[in-house]
Amino acid sequence: MLDSKCPSGDIKNRWSDHKTNLKLVNPANKRKHTIIVVGTGLAGASAAASLGELGYNVLNFCFQDSARRAHSIAAQGGINAAKNYKNDGDSIYRLFYDTVKGGDYRARESNVYRLAELSVNIIDQSVATGVPFAREYGGYLDNRSFGGAQVSRTFYARGQTGQQLLLGAYSSLMRQVNEGTVKMYERYEMLDLVMVNGYARGIIARNLVTGAIEKFAGDAVVLGTGGYGNVYFLSTNAMGSNVTAAWRAHKRGAYFGNPCYVQIHPTCIPVSGEHQSKLTLMSESLRNDGRVWVPKKAGDKRHPSQIPENERDYYLEERYPSFGNLVPRDVASRAAKKVCDEGRGVGASGLAVYLDFGAAINRLGKEKIKEKYGNLFDMYEEITNENPYELPMRIYPAVHYTMGGLWVDYNLMSNVPGLFVLGEANFSDHGANRLGASALMQGLADGYFVIPYTMGGYIGGTKLEKVDTNHPAFEEAVKSVKDGITKLLNNGGTKSVDYYHKKLGKIMWDYVGMSRNEEGLKKAIAEIKELREDYHKNVRVLGEGEEVNQSLEKAGRVADFLELGELMARDALNRRESCGGHFREESQTEDNEAKRDDENFSYVAAWEFKGLDSEPVMHKEELAFEYVHPSQRSYK
Amino acid sequence: MNFTLRVWRQKNGNDSGKFVTYQIQNISADTSFLEMLDILNEELIAKGEEPVAFDHDCREGICGSCSLYINGRPHGPKQLVTTCQTYMRSFGEGETITIEPWRAKPFKVLKDLIVDRSALDRIIQAGGYISVNSGSAPEANSIAIPKPIAEASMDAAACIGCGACVAACKNASAMLFVAAKVSHLGLLPQGQPEAKERVVSMIAQMDAEGFGSCTNTYACEAECPKGISVTNIARLNREFISANLFS
Ligand SMILES: Cc1cc2nc3c(=O)[nH]c(=O)nc-3n(C[C@H](O)[C@H](O)[C@H](O)COP(=O)(O)OP(=O)(O)OC[C@H]3O[C@@H](n4cnc5c(N)ncnc54)[C@H](O)[C@@H]3O)c2cc1C
Ligand code: FES
Repeated sequence: MLDSKCPSGDIKNRWSDHKTNLKLVNPANKRKHTIIVVGTGLAGASAAASLGELGYNVLNFCFQDSARRAHSIAAQGGINAAKNYKNDGDSIYRLFYDTVKGGDYRARESNVYRLAELSVNIIDQSVATGVPFAREYGGYLDNRSFGGAQVSRTFYARGQTGQQLLLGAYSSLMRQVNEGTVKMYERYEMLDLVMVNGYARGIIARNLVTGAIEKFAGDAVVLGTGGYGNVYFLSTNAMGSNVTAAWRAHKRGAYFGNPCYVQIHPTCIPVSGEHQSKLTLMSESLRNDGRVWVPKKAGDKRHPSQIPENERDYYLEERYPSFGNLVPRDVASRAAKKVCDEGRGVGASGLAVYLDFGAAINRLGKEKIKEKYGNLFDMYEEITNENPYELPMRIYPAVHYTMGGLWVDYNLMSNVPGLFVLGEANFSDHGANRLGASALMQGLADGYFVIPYTMGGYIGGTKLEKVDTNHPAFEEAVKSVKDGITKLLNNGGTKSVDYYHKKLGKIMWDYVGMSRNEEGLKKAIAEIKELREDYHKNVRVLGEGEEVNQSLEKAGRVADFLELGELMARDALNRRESCGGHFREESQTEDNEAKRDDENFSYVAAWEFKGLDSEPVMHKEELAFEYVHPSQRSYK
Repeated sequence: MNFTLRVWRQKNGNDSGKFVTYQIQNISADTSFLEMLDILNEELIAKGEEPVAFDHDCREGICGSCSLYINGRPHGPKQLVTTCQTYMRSFGEGETITIEPWRAKPFKVLKDLIVDRSALDRIIQAGGYISVNSGSAPEANSIAIPKPIAEASMDAAACIGCGACVAACKNASAMLFVAAKVSHLGLLPQGQPEAKERVVSMIAQMDAEGFGSCTNTYACEAECPKGISVTNIARLNREFISANLFS
């Protein structure tokens, strides 16, 4: 049984009590401790900057050419915080409650409460770093609504909230580079974790410009390396997003928590052709004013303007009167799939539903809509060549976010001592479904406000032996990385990396996607294994190892996805209940809503790697709910 | 649609590089420019030739990675979009398309269409921030910021740091990039205390990196995918003059 190290006592005091009990590191000693931070997204950049401010010697890595380009930059809609500026009844407790419920009672209460508590500090910190959040005419901060909440608590900077928050954290990071506390390694990719006597003590990274395989030693390693949605090939994630850092750490002993929890976002631009390389999200904020509908009749191919009101099915408003178009993402996505499966989908492929702004434009005027969503409307028109001010948008669900990730305790440390995991890369706060505008909140809470304390607790409370890169463990890791690269480059196969990635994506989407069943999952496990074997025989990677080689980078990432995919299917097979984003067809209510099985599955499944030829071993962390009592989630 | 592509190929930073011509066929008009290059790359791999290297990540026009100089224009023919948001419908059937990396002295070519833009990060390191440590921020609503000021700051903050302004400028000046940051932070009350020092340090770093000076041709504004206005440069100049007067 896994120990989450959660403090006990009144949930309101847990974090402050815990902080008081953590060991401290003498300020003069901090610079003697090297902390390796991999990732420069919201989680990594805020962590590296904050640890640098405290005086640690920080090494910070990303694979992009600049820290500012981490995938967090693409977040559009907003960030939640329990400020209650709207006077509409919000509170830390309510944000905590909404998040635990939204996660379908599969998250850890102590973590979620801390997250809600810290949310208010994030807004203060971000404003201080210069984030130009939207304001009202009086000059005070504005809010909008997001799914799964009945209060308006989402802060935003036009449709570029992630960009602005990341630039805030990035600027703090650049300041620390200037101060000499942080050293940046851009265009570097971590390819292995180095373990010395059971402790995480370094990483091996490839310099993506020269191809050199380099060693870095430290007292602790922090991963803020993002989510693994690209295992599906098509997702809303950036092209480079991958699981490699987390997966290689998993293979060195870190447990992978709830890999099957994947969020499929309801409002994305539908797939248009086979050469499509990624999917584009249309922010959830659009559901504030857009109404979702399909024709009542199956196969109704009339132009949307020809379909009269009484022949339209506003199915979310109909089925979920109290939340309407703002139900949580998992519920909205499944509802869209259901109406499309019934033959009522729209557009050429029939795999889309309408998101209609007609009523909002009549009510508020085109200008107001433009002010609120202008850049999203432009983006939509750019991609589809259709004008959403005149025609309803066509949207369909797409893979967007992964709630699963490396297992961490309350200190955000994995089961491997010295390995911390932050942001989307960990499994922690969103249970089986993440509410909109909560990932940005979590990334920044982890980096700005949690790790600065828990890192001190670890460094101050652990006797760390002196280790440098001459230790044999580094040599062994370098060898294993180099062997892997040589093997890929000399494989001499005939098929491209993308060929395999697309095949894997299709298996994942068909069997480990929005709806899963035992037979499909077993099939997926077998097919992925087969595909993986084929990959290592027949993939072709051209070019050399000693220079920029994007095919080689991709080849390593897809090799890891081919292993992760199988674990996701295994986890989904094990979890014979429906919860949040994980929908098992065998477990549904009479009206087709997800049916949890608290008696048997109220736990976190944390998987231990045992080699590719052996089955992974599952460790359980039982979840206890002292405050928010599990009930069948209802948004009706 | 069918196209002739003239693509800059360069093995690495030491190689001199040259154009190579490729034919590409049956591309749907709704294919994005980068997806068209993906298709080209798949064809090259099938033939055993090394694919064309280019920077890209978000493919949504926000990360600033993509950076192609297409038919003599940064980010191609359409205004207010990045390369990744350019679609083949913007080109004519049978057109010859020339694709180059950003050309500017401070941006060294690393391979094919990839350049080193780390100089832009170093300019930010020189002062493109507000000095506030985590945990020391006051309550967010303790200062009201008039909406027009917040909006103007946001307009400048929308810069994605792609470097198109530098690539567009005959002097390879980074003035629009620097001015956007100076305005974004300087317009806000939080950014005021360091405003003068910021502009002086950032300009000094820009010069040290070898970017040219601004001679007001405004090519940068015309090619900026985010529509960052040259009025920011005027604001920077005022800030710079007053910083030098009072220092
Ligand atoms: C289109 C889109 C819109 C979104 N909108 C919202 C929103 O409105 N609100 C919200 O709350 N959430 C939103 N999300 C989710 C949110 O953006 C992400 O969950 C969050 O930004 C993840 O941040 P992160 O710091 O954990 O990781 P990322 O931002 O993904 O950063 C990962 C970092 O790790 C580095 N890295 C990864 N692997 C390696 C390696 N092997 N070696 C070296 N470096 C590595 C990368 O270079 C990068 O710097 C959105 C997501 C998407 C896709
Ligand atoms: S790939 Fe991100 S802006 Fe073009």
